[in-house]
Amino acid sequence: MTAPVSSSVAPLRAEFGAAVERHLVSCGDTIIYVSRERQHEALAWLRDTPGQEFDYLTDVTAVDYRDPERPLEVVYQLRSLGRRADLRVKVALDKRLPLEVRSVWDLWKGADWLEREVYDMFGVSFTGHPDLRRILMWDTYAEGYPLRKDFPLRGHFSRAEQTRQALAANPEAHYSIEELSIADAFAELPKDMQERLARGERGFLR
Amino acid sequence: MGLINPAAASETGERTVVSEMSPNFVTTTLDFLTNWARSNSLWPMPFGTACCAIEYMATAASRFDIARFGMERQSFSPRQADVFICAGRVPFKLAPVLRRIWDQMPQPKWCISMGACASTGNVFDNYTIVQGIDTLMPVDVYVPGCPPRPEGLIYGITLLQKKIRGESIVDEQIRREQPIGPNGLFLPPERVDELSEPFGNSVHQTRSSS
Repeated sequence: MTAPVSSSVAPLRAEFGAAVERHLVSCGDTIIYVSRERQHEALAWLRDTPGQEFDYLTDVTAVDYRDPERPLEVVYQLRSLGRRADLRVKVALDKRLPLEVRSVWDLWKGADWLEREVYDMFGVSFTGHPDLRRILMWDTYAEGYPLRKDFPLRGHFSRAEQTRQALAANPEAHYSIEELSIADAFAELPKDMQERLARGERGFLR
Repeated sequence: MGLINPAAASETGERTVVSEMSPNFVTTTLDFLTNWARSNSLWPMPFGTACCAIEYMATAASRFDIARFGMERQSFSPRQADVFICAGRVPFKLAPVLRRIWDQMPQPKWCISMGACASTGNVFDNYTIVQGIDTLMPVDVYVPGCPPRPEGLIYGITLLQKKIRGESIVDEQIRREQPIGPNGLFLPPERVDELSEPFGNSVHQTRSSS
Protein backbone atom coordinates (compact mmCIF):
# COMPACT_ATOMS: atom_id res chain seq x y z
CA MET A 1 0.00 0.00 0.00
CA THR A 2 1.38 3.37 -0.94
CA ALA A 3 1.02 6.20 1.54
CA PRO A 4 -1.44 8.92 0.55
CA VAL A 5 -0.15 12.16 -0.90
CA SER A 6 -0.67 15.16 1.37
CA SER A 7 -3.88 17.04 0.67
CA SER A 8 -1.83 20.23 0.43
CA VAL A 9 -0.21 19.29 -2.89
CA ALA A 10 -3.16 19.88 -5.22
CA PRO A 11 -4.17 23.33 -3.86
CA LEU A 12 -0.50 24.39 -3.81
CA ARG A 13 -0.09 23.34 -7.45
CA ALA A 14 -3.30 25.16 -8.37
CA GLU A 15 -2.05 28.30 -6.66
CA PHE A 16 1.59 28.31 -7.78
CA GLY A 17 1.60 26.28 -11.00
CA ALA A 18 5.08 25.69 -12.34
CA ALA A 19 6.73 27.06 -9.20
CA VAL A 20 5.89 23.71 -7.59
CA GLU A 21 8.55 21.71 -9.38
CA ARG A 22 7.64 18.19 -8.30
CA HIS A 23 6.40 16.22 -5.35
CA LEU A 24 6.98 12.72 -4.03
CA VAL A 25 6.07 10.53 -1.10
CA SER A 26 8.91 9.07 0.92
CA CYS A 27 8.39 6.87 4.00
CA GLY A 28 4.85 8.20 4.28
CA ASP A 29 5.90 11.86 4.17
CA THR A 30 5.03 14.14 1.30
CA ILE A 31 7.93 16.19 -0.03
CA ILE A 32 7.24 19.21 -2.23
CA TYR A 33 9.97 20.93 -4.25
CA VAL A 34 9.34 24.63 -4.65
CA SER A 35 11.34 27.00 -6.85
CA ARG A 36 13.74 29.38 -5.10
CA GLU A 37 11.98 32.46 -6.54
CA ARG A 38 8.59 31.72 -5.00
CA GLN A 39 9.70 29.80 -1.90
CA HIS A 40 8.79 32.53 0.59
CA GLU A 41 5.46 33.18 -1.08
CA ALA A 42 4.55 29.47 -1.07
CA LEU A 43 5.52 29.02 2.59
CA ALA A 44 3.50 32.11 3.56
CA TRP A 45 0.55 30.70 1.62
CA LEU A 46 0.87 27.35 3.44
CA ARG A 47 0.91 29.15 6.76
CA ASP A 48 -1.96 31.57 6.19
CA THR A 49 -4.45 29.79 3.94
CA PRO A 50 -7.47 28.33 5.73
CA GLY A 51 -7.34 24.57 5.34
CA GLN A 52 -3.51 24.57 5.31
CA GLU A 53 -2.65 26.39 8.56
CA PHE A 54 0.93 25.18 8.91
CA ASP A 55 1.47 27.27 12.01
CA TYR A 56 4.56 25.49 13.35
CA LEU A 57 7.98 25.30 11.73
CA THR A 58 9.48 22.10 13.11
CA ASP A 59 12.89 22.41 11.52
CA VAL A 60 14.97 24.11 8.90
CA THR A 61 17.94 22.14 7.67
CA ALA A 62 19.84 21.42 4.48
CA VAL A 63 21.23 18.45 2.59
CA ASP A 64 24.42 18.45 0.55
CA TYR A 65 24.84 15.45 -1.74
CA ARG A 66 28.16 13.94 -2.67
CA ASP A 67 27.38 14.36 -6.37
CA PRO A 68 28.75 17.85 -7.19
CA GLU A 69 26.18 18.29 -9.98
CA ARG A 70 23.27 17.74 -7.64
CA PRO A 71 21.87 20.87 -6.02
CA LEU A 72 22.01 21.56 -2.31
CA GLU A 73 18.56 21.32 -0.76
CA VAL A 74 17.17 23.53 1.98
CA VAL A 75 14.49 21.63 3.88
CA TYR A 76 11.52 23.13 5.72
CA GLN A 77 9.59 20.70 7.92
CA LEU A 78 6.15 22.14 8.59
CA ARG A 79 3.49 21.07 11.05
CA SER A 80 -0.09 22.13 11.44
CA LEU A 81 -0.82 21.79 15.14
CA GLY A 82 -4.56 22.17 14.62
CA ARG A 83 -4.89 19.78 11.68
CA ARG A 84 -2.21 17.36 12.94
CA ALA A 85 -0.62 17.30 9.50
CA ASP A 86 3.00 17.41 8.40
CA LEU A 87 4.55 18.64 5.18
CA ARG A 88 8.14 18.82 3.97
CA VAL A 89 9.02 21.61 1.59
CA LYS A 90 12.38 21.62 -0.19
CA VAL A 91 14.16 24.31 -2.14
CA ALA A 92 16.95 23.21 -4.46
CA LEU A 93 19.92 25.58 -4.73
CA ASP A 94 22.36 25.30 -7.62
CA LYS A 95 25.83 24.94 -6.09
CA ARG A 96 27.46 26.91 -8.89
CA LEU A 97 25.47 30.00 -7.94
CA PRO A 98 25.62 31.92 -4.64
CA LEU A 99 23.65 29.92 -2.04
CA GLU A 100 20.93 32.40 -1.21
CA VAL A 101 17.35 31.98 -0.16
CA ARG A 102 14.82 34.25 1.52
CA SER A 103 14.55 33.99 5.29
CA VAL A 104 11.24 32.80 6.72
CA TRP A 105 11.95 34.52 10.03
CA ASP A 106 9.09 36.94 9.30
CA LEU A 107 6.69 33.97 9.04
CA TRP A 108 7.93 31.85 11.95
CA LYS A 109 10.12 33.56 14.55
CA GLY A 110 11.55 30.15 15.45
CA ALA A 111 13.42 30.16 12.14
CA ASP A 112 15.97 32.54 13.68
CA TRP A 113 18.37 29.97 15.20
CA LEU A 114 17.47 27.22 12.71
CA GLU A 115 18.54 29.37 9.79
CA ARG A 116 21.65 30.45 11.66
CA GLU A 117 22.59 26.79 12.05
CA VAL A 118 22.09 26.12 8.33
CA TYR A 119 24.21 29.18 7.58
CA ASP A 120 26.89 27.98 10.00
CA MET A 121 27.05 24.40 8.71
CA PHE A 122 26.30 24.84 4.99
CA GLY A 123 26.96 28.49 4.20
CA VAL A 124 23.48 29.24 2.91
CA SER A 125 22.69 32.96 3.21
CA PHE A 126 19.18 33.80 4.29
CA THR A 127 18.27 37.23 2.99
CA GLY A 128 16.12 39.17 5.43
CA HIS A 129 17.39 37.30 8.49
CA PRO A 130 17.75 39.74 11.42
CA ASP A 131 21.01 38.37 12.85
CA LEU A 132 22.74 35.97 10.48
CA ARG A 133 25.97 34.81 12.15
CA ARG A 134 27.44 31.50 13.18
CA ILE A 135 25.71 29.73 16.05
CA LEU A 136 27.68 26.52 16.80
CA MET A 137 31.13 27.43 15.52
CA TRP A 138 32.70 30.65 16.76
CA ASP A 139 32.44 33.90 14.84
CA THR A 140 36.05 33.89 13.67
CA TYR A 141 35.94 30.26 12.45
CA ALA A 142 37.78 30.39 9.12
CA GLU A 143 37.79 26.81 7.84
CA GLY A 144 34.50 26.96 5.98
CA TYR A 145 31.21 25.12 6.36
CA PRO A 146 31.65 21.74 8.09
CA LEU A 147 28.61 19.84 6.85
CA ARG A 148 29.39 20.42 3.17
CA LYS A 149 30.49 17.22 1.51
CA ASP A 150 33.76 18.77 0.30
CA PHE A 151 34.79 19.57 3.91
CA PRO A 152 37.43 17.12 5.25
CA LEU A 153 36.45 15.40 8.49
CA ARG A 154 39.38 16.85 10.44
CA GLY A 155 39.05 20.33 8.98
CA HIS A 156 41.29 22.17 6.54
CA PHE A 157 43.94 23.47 8.95
CA SER A 158 46.60 21.51 10.83
CA ARG A 159 45.85 20.59 14.42
CA ALA A 160 48.45 23.08 15.65
CA GLU A 161 46.82 25.87 13.67
CA GLN A 162 43.36 24.89 14.90
CA THR A 163 44.62 24.87 18.48
CA ARG A 164 46.39 28.20 18.03
CA GLN A 165 43.27 29.85 16.62
CA ALA A 166 41.10 28.35 19.36
CA LEU A 167 43.40 29.60 22.13
CA ALA A 168 43.57 33.04 20.56
CA ALA A 169 39.78 33.35 20.71
CA ASN A 170 38.15 35.44 23.38
CA PRO A 171 35.49 33.21 24.94
CA GLU A 172 33.27 36.17 25.63
CA ALA A 173 33.34 37.22 21.97
CA HIS A 174 30.78 34.51 21.18
CA TYR A 175 28.05 36.77 22.50
CA SER A 176 26.61 39.69 20.66
CA ILE A 177 26.63 43.15 22.20
CA GLU A 178 22.94 42.77 23.02
CA GLU A 179 23.52 39.57 24.94
CA LEU A 180 26.37 41.03 26.97
CA SER A 181 24.72 44.34 27.82
CA ILE A 182 21.58 43.06 29.49
CA ALA A 183 22.17 45.45 32.40
CA ASP A 184 22.32 48.41 30.03
CA ALA A 185 19.15 47.25 28.31
CA PHE A 186 17.26 46.95 31.60
CA ALA A 187 14.72 49.61 30.65
CA GLU A 188 13.83 47.77 27.44
CA LEU A 189 13.19 44.40 29.10
CA PRO A 190 9.64 43.10 29.60
CA LYS A 191 8.00 44.10 32.87
CA ASP A 192 8.00 40.64 34.44
CA MET A 193 11.66 40.12 33.66
CA GLN A 194 12.50 43.51 35.15
CA GLU A 195 10.75 42.51 38.37
CA ARG A 196 12.52 39.17 38.54
CA LEU A 197 15.92 40.77 37.96
CA ALA A 198 15.27 43.55 40.46
CA ARG A 199 14.26 41.00 43.11
CA GLY A 200 17.71 39.57 42.80
CA GLU A 201 17.02 36.16 41.31
CA ARG A 202 20.13 36.63 39.20
CA GLY A 203 21.85 39.25 41.37
CA PHE A 204 20.94 42.89 41.87
CA LEU A 205 21.04 45.15 38.89
CA ARG A 206 20.23 48.36 40.65
CA MET B 1 49.05 12.22 66.43
CA GLY B 2 48.24 11.56 62.85
CA LEU B 3 51.38 12.93 61.28
CA ILE B 4 52.72 9.50 60.45
CA ASN B 5 50.84 8.59 57.34
CA PRO B 6 51.43 4.84 56.99
CA ALA B 7 51.68 5.02 53.20
CA ALA B 8 54.02 7.98 53.20
CA ALA B 9 56.05 6.70 56.12
CA SER B 10 56.91 3.56 54.21
CA GLU B 11 58.25 5.65 51.35
CA THR B 12 60.28 8.10 53.42
CA GLY B 13 60.32 6.14 56.65
CA GLU B 14 63.89 6.72 57.78
CA ARG B 15 63.62 10.47 57.52
CA THR B 16 60.67 10.89 59.85
CA VAL B 17 61.53 10.18 63.45
CA VAL B 18 59.26 10.52 66.45
CA SER B 19 61.34 11.68 69.42
CA GLU B 20 61.94 9.01 72.03
CA MET B 21 61.87 11.55 74.84
CA SER B 22 58.48 13.03 74.01
CA PRO B 23 55.90 12.07 71.41
CA ASN B 24 55.20 15.78 70.91
CA PHE B 25 58.43 16.20 68.93
CA VAL B 26 58.94 14.89 65.45
CA THR B 27 61.99 15.28 63.28
CA THR B 28 61.29 15.21 59.56
CA THR B 29 62.16 16.93 56.32
CA LEU B 30 60.36 20.01 55.12
CA ASP B 31 59.66 18.27 51.82
CA PHE B 32 57.90 15.44 53.58
CA LEU B 33 55.79 17.78 55.66
CA THR B 34 54.77 19.97 52.71
CA ASN B 35 54.03 17.06 50.41
CA TRP B 36 52.13 15.26 53.15
CA ALA B 37 49.94 18.31 53.64
CA ARG B 38 49.50 18.99 49.94
CA SER B 39 48.76 15.44 48.86
CA ASN B 40 46.13 14.94 51.55
CA SER B 41 44.21 18.16 51.06
CA LEU B 42 43.76 18.34 47.30
CA TRP B 43 40.86 20.51 46.33
CA PRO B 44 39.55 19.51 42.92
CA MET B 45 38.24 21.92 40.30
CA PRO B 46 35.89 19.68 38.33
CA PHE B 47 35.54 20.64 34.68
CA GLY B 48 32.87 18.22 33.51
CA THR B 49 31.73 18.38 29.92
CA ALA B 50 30.33 14.92 29.17
CA CYS B 51 29.63 11.42 30.48
CA CYS B 52 32.91 11.34 32.46
CA ALA B 53 31.38 14.05 34.64
CA ILE B 54 28.64 11.59 35.65
CA GLU B 55 31.30 9.12 36.77
CA TYR B 56 33.07 11.95 38.53
CA MET B 57 29.87 12.79 40.41
CA ALA B 58 29.55 9.14 41.39
CA THR B 59 33.15 9.26 42.64
CA ALA B 60 32.40 12.33 44.70
CA ALA B 61 29.16 10.93 46.12
CA SER B 62 28.79 8.76 49.19
CA ARG B 63 29.50 5.30 47.75
CA PHE B 64 33.01 6.08 46.51
CA ASP B 65 33.52 9.33 48.44
CA ILE B 66 36.73 11.02 47.32
CA ALA B 67 36.56 13.03 50.54
CA ARG B 68 38.41 10.02 51.99
CA PHE B 69 41.46 11.16 50.03
CA GLY B 70 41.36 14.73 51.27
CA MET B 71 39.22 16.04 48.43
CA GLU B 72 36.63 17.19 50.91
CA ARG B 73 35.77 20.40 49.17
CA GLN B 74 34.77 20.56 45.54
CA SER B 75 36.14 23.89 44.46
CA PHE B 76 34.01 25.43 41.77
CA SER B 77 36.28 28.45 41.80
CA PRO B 78 39.68 28.01 40.13
CA ARG B 79 41.26 30.46 42.59
CA GLN B 80 40.75 28.06 45.50
CA ALA B 81 41.61 24.82 43.73
CA ASP B 82 44.63 22.52 43.53
CA VAL B 83 43.67 19.85 41.02
CA PHE B 84 42.06 20.50 37.70
CA ILE B 85 40.02 17.46 36.67
CA CYS B 86 38.94 17.59 33.05
CA ALA B 87 36.12 15.08 32.71
CA GLY B 88 34.86 14.87 29.17
CA ARG B 89 35.55 15.93 25.62
CA VAL B 90 36.73 19.45 24.95
CA PRO B 91 35.70 21.20 21.73
CA PHE B 92 37.97 23.87 20.27
CA LYS B 93 35.33 26.42 21.19
CA LEU B 94 35.86 25.52 24.85
CA ALA B 95 39.67 25.47 24.64
CA PRO B 96 40.22 29.13 25.62
CA VAL B 97 37.85 28.68 28.58
CA LEU B 98 39.77 25.61 29.76
CA ARG B 99 43.08 27.41 29.38
CA ARG B 100 41.81 30.50 31.21
CA ILE B 101 40.61 28.43 34.17
CA TRP B 102 43.99 26.69 34.32
CA ASP B 103 45.79 30.05 34.24
CA GLN B 104 43.56 31.33 37.05
CA MET B 105 44.53 28.49 39.36
CA PRO B 106 47.38 29.41 41.74
CA GLN B 107 50.45 27.24 42.23
CA PRO B 108 50.82 24.54 43.40
CA LYS B 109 48.40 22.96 40.94
CA TRP B 110 48.03 19.66 39.15
CA CYS B 111 45.89 18.34 36.35
CA ILE B 112 44.10 15.05 35.90
CA SER B 113 42.85 14.25 32.42
CA MET B 114 39.90 11.95 33.04
CA GLY B 115 38.77 9.61 30.28
CA ALA B 116 39.74 8.90 26.70
CA CYS B 117 38.27 12.12 25.25
CA ALA B 118 40.14 14.51 27.49
CA SER B 119 43.33 12.48 27.08
CA THR B 120 43.29 11.81 23.32
CA GLY B 121 40.07 13.03 21.72
CA ASN B 122 38.81 9.43 21.63
CA VAL B 123 36.70 8.54 18.56
CA PHE B 124 36.00 12.21 17.95
CA ASP B 125 38.88 12.62 15.53
CA ASN B 126 37.10 15.47 13.76
CA TYR B 127 37.15 19.19 13.18
CA THR B 128 35.68 20.25 16.52
CA ILE B 129 37.40 18.26 19.24
CA VAL B 130 40.74 19.01 20.91
CA GLN B 131 42.87 15.88 20.47
CA GLY B 132 43.91 15.65 24.10
CA ILE B 133 44.04 18.50 26.59
CA ASP B 134 47.82 18.03 26.83
CA THR B 135 47.93 20.20 23.69
CA LEU B 136 46.49 23.03 25.81
CA MET B 137 48.05 22.61 29.24
CA PRO B 138 50.39 20.28 31.16
CA VAL B 139 48.77 17.09 32.45
CA ASP B 140 50.01 15.10 35.46
CA VAL B 141 47.86 11.97 35.37
CA TYR B 142 45.84 10.44 32.55
CA VAL B 143 42.96 8.19 33.54
CA PRO B 144 41.98 5.87 30.67
CA GLY B 145 38.44 4.61 30.17
CA CYS B 146 35.31 5.59 28.33
CA PRO B 147 34.23 6.66 30.86
CA PRO B 148 36.52 5.38 33.64
CA ARG B 149 34.78 3.81 36.59
CA PRO B 150 35.09 5.60 39.94
CA GLU B 151 37.74 3.07 40.96
CA GLY B 152 39.76 4.18 37.94
CA LEU B 153 39.58 7.82 38.92
CA ILE B 154 40.45 7.00 42.52
CA TYR B 155 43.48 5.07 41.27
CA GLY B 156 44.45 8.15 39.26
CA ILE B 157 44.08 10.33 42.33
CA THR B 158 46.27 8.03 44.44
CA LEU B 159 48.84 8.07 41.62
CA LEU B 160 48.78 11.86 41.72
CA GLN B 161 49.23 11.79 45.51
CA LYS B 162 52.20 9.51 45.05
CA LYS B 163 53.63 11.90 42.49
CA ILE B 164 53.15 14.86 44.83
CA ARG B 165 54.95 13.01 47.64
CA GLY B 166 57.96 12.67 45.38
CA GLU B 167 58.20 16.40 44.71
CA SER B 168 60.74 18.75 46.24
CA ILE B 169 59.92 22.33 47.17
CA VAL B 170 63.41 23.47 46.19
CA ASP B 171 62.93 22.23 42.63
CA GLU B 172 61.85 25.38 40.85
CA GLN B 173 61.11 23.57 37.60
CA ILE B 174 58.18 21.64 39.05
CA ARG B 175 56.09 24.66 39.98
CA ARG B 176 57.05 26.79 37.00
CA GLU B 177 54.06 28.23 35.10
CA GLN B 178 53.84 27.16 31.47
CA PRO B 179 52.10 30.05 29.77
CA ILE B 180 51.03 30.32 26.16
CA GLY B 181 54.10 31.27 24.18
CA PRO B 182 54.59 33.81 21.38
CA ASN B 183 53.46 31.18 18.85
CA GLY B 184 50.02 31.16 20.50
CA LEU B 185 50.51 27.65 21.89
CA PHE B 186 52.09 26.29 25.03
CA LEU B 187 53.97 23.64 23.04
CA PRO B 188 55.84 23.89 19.73
CA PRO B 189 53.37 23.51 16.80
CA GLU B 190 54.97 20.28 15.57
CA ARG B 191 54.52 18.80 19.05
CA VAL B 192 50.80 19.65 18.97
CA ASP B 193 50.50 18.02 15.54
CA GLU B 194 52.30 14.95 16.80
CA LEU B 195 50.07 14.65 19.88
CA SER B 196 46.98 15.06 17.69
CA GLU B 197 47.94 12.29 15.26
CA PRO B 198 45.23 9.69 14.81
CA PHE B 199 45.65 6.31 16.42
CA GLY B 200 44.01 2.90 16.46
CA ASN B 201 41.46 2.31 13.73
CA SER B 202 41.75 5.79 12.28
CA VAL B 203 45.48 5.39 11.57
CA HIS B 204 44.77 4.57 7.93
CA GLN B 205 42.82 7.77 7.34
CA THR B 206 44.75 10.72 6.09
CA ARG B 207 44.04 14.38 6.54
CA SER B 208 43.06 14.63 2.89
CA SER B 209 40.40 11.93 3.07
CA SER B 210 37.00 13.47 3.39
